[in-house]
Amino acid sequence: MADSNNHNSLPRFRIAPVFMFRWEESQQAFVLMYPEGIVKLNTTAGEILNRCNGLNTLNDIVLELSELFSEQPDFIEPRVRQFLEVCHGKGWIQSES
Amino acid sequence: MAKAGSNLNLDGQGNPVWLLLELTYRCPLKCAFCSNPTDLAAHPDELTTAEWKSVIRDARDMGAMQIGFSGGEPTLRKDLEELVAEANALGYYTNLITSGIGLTRKRLEGLKQAGLRHIQLGFQSSNPETAHWLAGVDCYDKKLRIAREIKDLGFPMVLNVPISSLNIHQVPEIIALAADIGVEYLELANVQYYNWALVNRDQLMPTREALAMAEAQVADARKQLGDRMTIFFVIPDYYEGRPKACMNGWGSIHLTIAPDGMVLPCSQARTLPGLHFPNVRDHDLGWIWHQSESFNRYRGDDWMKEPCRSCTEKEHDFGGCRCQAMLLTGDAANADPACSKSPHHHLVREAVARAGATRQDHRMLIARDAGWHPTEG
Repeated sequence: MADSNNHNSLPRFRIAPVFMFRWEESQQAFVLMYPEGIVKLNTTAGEILNRCNGLNTLNDIVLELSELFSEQPDFIEPRVRQFLEVCHGKGWIQSES
Repeated sequence: MAKAGSNLNLDGQGNPVWLLLELTYRCPLKCAFCSNPTDLAAHPDELTTAEWKSVIRDARDMGAMQIGFSGGEPTLRKDLEELVAEANALGYYTNLITSGIGLTRKRLEGLKQAGLRHIQLGFQSSNPETAHWLAGVDCYDKKLRIAREIKDLGFPMVLNVPISSLNIHQVPEIIALAADIGVEYLELANVQYYNWALVNRDQLMPTREALAMAEAQVADARKQLGDRMTIFFVIPDYYEGRPKACMNGWGSIHLTIAPDGMVLPCSQARTLPGLHFPNVRDHDLGWIWHQSESFNRYRGDDWMKEPCRSCTEKEHDFGGCRCQAMLLTGDAANADPACSKSPHHHLVREAVARAGATRQDHRMLIARDAGWHPTEG
């Protein structure tokens, strides 16, 4: 895991309290549950949200995903950033500095 | 409340995803729009704590992820906290669907500790007198108090307000009240006409003009409130010309257990004549879901008649609601008459016209007069 002490002021992401995020064995996927609703996430989306644990910054998530999917961080970064923006817009995640 | 089906962005791959437990038909309210059976007093034998736990486990093993504790009034069950704790430990997202009557700070704290995730509170009106007419008992102050307690304890909350002719003109005040309480979601659910609501249909149905005005008021409020609160406005299918995609299809993802253990594809289905729904006391839940005749009767589209069979919409609306087709046309395999393509659509148009010609007066409402259960004593 990346050392996040070097960028204390950068936002860290976490799942918003209304939502419950976990692995669902019967679907073989990460799911996001909320009042009367469920979203089944694809592999990449699930791996990104799984790192929104209140500790990781964008950079941390990018580094971990680039390792996981064997891709360059430069390739991963805009995609992760865009997905986090979408999640933020949907109210799935919150950020704290 | 009868619902068109929950917001599930996945299919169950042949398994149930959403488990609704109607823990009891008993209720401290007497709502004129209640969706419980009109002969509910005939089904008094509720499952025990151990039997409910077994259902909760079996459905989870089959893949269910969302669980709703409903009724009647589920808080009349003293084992509610124990059942919520069981469901939470198994990984369900736990929803409580309650009138709020019977809830106290102490019970809310117990439910929070048990792992309850979300509360849907039924609310009748922004006006105490209207609320009394609709619920059949004086409950406004108590509900408002409990709504604030729910938020004080940090539960996400849906305020569910069944909309009818009696409160549709109060939509702006209802929205303001919900915003003041601080709820995340407000569901303005136009009453669907089953059971007690069907008995009261002429009195409850709003006019098209009142609906249009309420819709415009909702649109205005959405602009003003932005992200603070999400407002759902569920259009009544009688006016829409399109049937609802009821339960995402029969036996598709929804599993309802009635208080006495009868297993249903939706809470209204018990009233369908000619179908014998199995009971968890007699059969394995997996067998009931996959093998029983009643769960397979309207699964898929083999059962469909015209115009559904050749309709391009059948993958989206599944021919609408089987119970509504039964109630209005006498055959559950007919197209839902809410659909403008149904040869029985005139029944819906006539019902709208009849309600429009009725002098609507709250004193004419027939209160749910069965299964009433005071919370005190």
